[in-house]
Amino acid sequence: MPSTDAEPYLRVEDLSVSFPTRDGVVRAVTGMTYQVALGKTLGIVGESGSGKSVSSLAVMGLHDMKRTQMEGSIRIEDTEVVGLPEDRMRRLRGNAAAMIFQDPLTALHPFYTIGAQIVEAYRVHNPDVSKREAKAKAVDMLERVGIPQPNRRVDDFPHQFSGGMRQRAMIAMSLVNNPKLLFADEPTTALDVTVQAQILDLLQELQRDFGSAIVIITHDLGVIAEMADEVLVMYAGRCVEYGATREVLTHPEMPYTWGLLNSVPELTGDPEEALLPIPGSPPSLLNPPNGCAFHPRCGYSHLVPADLCTRELPLLEPSPRGESHLKRCHLLDPENDMRTHEPVVDDDVLEQPDLVVADRVQAPDQQTLSTAGDSNG
Amino acid sequence: MFGYIVRRAISGVLVLIAIAFGVFILYFYGPSDPAQAYCPKNTCTPAQLELISRNLGLDKPVLVQYGDYMKGIVVGREIKTGKLTEPCGAPCLGISFKQDLEVRPYLMGRFPATLSVAVGGAVVFLLVGVSVGVTSARRRGSALDRGLVGFTMFTTAIPYYLVALLGYLILINQTGLFPGSGYFSPFTEGPIAWIKGMLLAWVILGFFYSTAYARYSRGSMIEALNEDYVRTAKAKGLKDRTVATRHAFRAAIVPIVTIFGIDFAGLLAGTIFTEYIFDIPGIGVAALQSVTNKDLPLISATVLIAAAFVVTANLLVDLAYAALDPRVRL
Repeated sequence: MPSTDAEPYLRVEDLSVSFPTRDGVVRAVTGMTYQVALGKTLGIVGESGSGKSVSSLAVMGLHDMKRTQMEGSIRIEDTEVVGLPEDRMRRLRGNAAAMIFQDPLTALHPFYTIGAQIVEAYRVHNPDVSKREAKAKAVDMLERVGIPQPNRRVDDFPHQFSGGMRQRAMIAMSLVNNPKLLFADEPTTALDVTVQAQILDLLQELQRDFGSAIVIITHDLGVIAEMADEVLVMYAGRCVEYGATREVLTHPEMPYTWGLLNSVPELTGDPEEALLPIPGSPPSLLNPPNGCAFHPRCGYSHLVPADLCTRELPLLEPSPRGESHLKRCHLLDPENDMRTHEPVVDDDVLEQPDLVVADRVQAPDQQTLSTAGDSNG
Repeated sequence: MFGYIVRRAISGVLVLIAIAFGVFILYFYGPSDPAQAYCPKNTCTPAQLELISRNLGLDKPVLVQYGDYMKGIVVGREIKTGKLTEPCGAPCLGISFKQDLEVRPYLMGRFPATLSVAVGGAVVFLLVGVSVGVTSARRRGSALDRGLVGFTMFTTAIPYYLVALLGYLILINQTGLFPGSGYFSPFTEGPIAWIKGMLLAWVILGFFYSTAYARYSRGSMIEALNEDYVRTAKAKGLKDRTVATRHAFRAAIVPIVTIFGIDFAGLLAGTIFTEYIFDIPGIGVAALQSVTNKDLPLISATVLIAAAFVVTANLLVDLAYAALDPRVRL
């Protein structure tokens, strides 16, 4: 296990989340284990549909529980969340654990003022606070996250804010109850590049003040490098690499992580040089490949003897770099192999058409099964 | 905002002027001679037809008649029928050809009955339809939801007049579960008599419309429940009920208001089947009779009133939009 000095605040153990659908069971997350201590940041990185958002929504209990199967254990401080009655779960949500969403424009209600939305978040867990006090608190929070003229802007609607300010307001709203655990689901993806760094700085500054544990979910390795103490790489619903951020980013021990790093442009690199994308596309979670889920796209599986990659799922086990750096790969010394061998890519993978979106199924509560809305006379 | 209302009012008036012109054109250049309608058993000589035309003022050029009509609406006019000359104050909608009565007071006298049908029916279908739709949306996919969707589909497929007629026959005539129907003024004959007379019309009309409203609001609510901000509301730790009402329903209501505005305008213009079957002397029946009688002043008045309601409803819907959605600016 990656070592943490302090007692972890969030412990996820062997978490599996699946959604029964008409076409079969979608195993969005399988056997995921991680932990985060107060004041620390864990980055979860992966492509769309890798299960990174699903795992955090599961911790928050934000799935439609009737359509979701959850196994394993999630402990927030001393509370087991899996199987917790909705009424008790509700009291944790937004209070002990809060969440920041990707697109602050759609995540804020367009019909209520920023202030009203923060007041609501505050008063639901502090019902004795008067509306006036709650509004003063909202102004404080807005000021805290760097909104200019907060006592005037508190009465603005979300559409009157710029993208970066909306995300600041979202952060103010999620921190209003001083949560010990904060999930940030792609908090900068929908923002201008110039604003992204400001938001990340703000999150780090607030983390220092509030001492929260943060789980940041992203596909952006730059965000991970900037924010995370530890990083967990997900592929096809499973953790494939887990360790200290610097360690994983400089000594990747899994060909998928290697591929992710190679697809990031370098500022000091040769501008003419083409990026190395990972060939193919992520597998369907309805019907994942046998063996290692990454093998159809892996350029190094020919180094593993006896077709092991196509037959057997590798375990998440310590890498040659040490006990605190876990990898899920049959290669005995992946980093060394990747540095010394050229990748060999199967032609099939390159010709394989992109999967249709439906194959990378998301949680059912994000699907619209709308049969209504049709008109009649 | 004020400028917007003025602009919309002006364009509304232009629409009404055009519609009145359309009615005149259709009336005079339609397939039958208007005078023929006043000729018993169609046995009139050309001379007699001409006399009828002259008496009704139908012999004047169409544009002149249209001009007279529009002038009457604005400043009033005097109407010659045969040897008599009757004053008709603004807004003058003319004098019926068939009955010797002025159109405006006649229709105003019938309007309370139509208004009663519309308001009572709307209360029923908004309460029933929207709550069924919202319940259905919140339990999407459940047996209850499927049952409700199936039932609304089924009832929508039945023609309204059949439902109304069967309802009348079974619930009033045969079983007597409902008191008889008809319109009694709530002011002169008392609210009890009024409710008793309207009750079944409200229930049947409301029931029929509520199937459509159940489907609109189900679709609208499902869409709202899938919005990111609803997930945010849940992530705050709000109760499911609060999330559904204060966040999802608040957004889902906007499209329902649009449809309601147009539907309600339609109801105010007269509900022909409802008034006919439940014996309610409203605008709808008057409109129907005016067409069978080829009674131009009544036809154009009922058409203009209907158009005016639709124009007004559209404006009110837009204003409601601005009130409901802070992003909309007029």
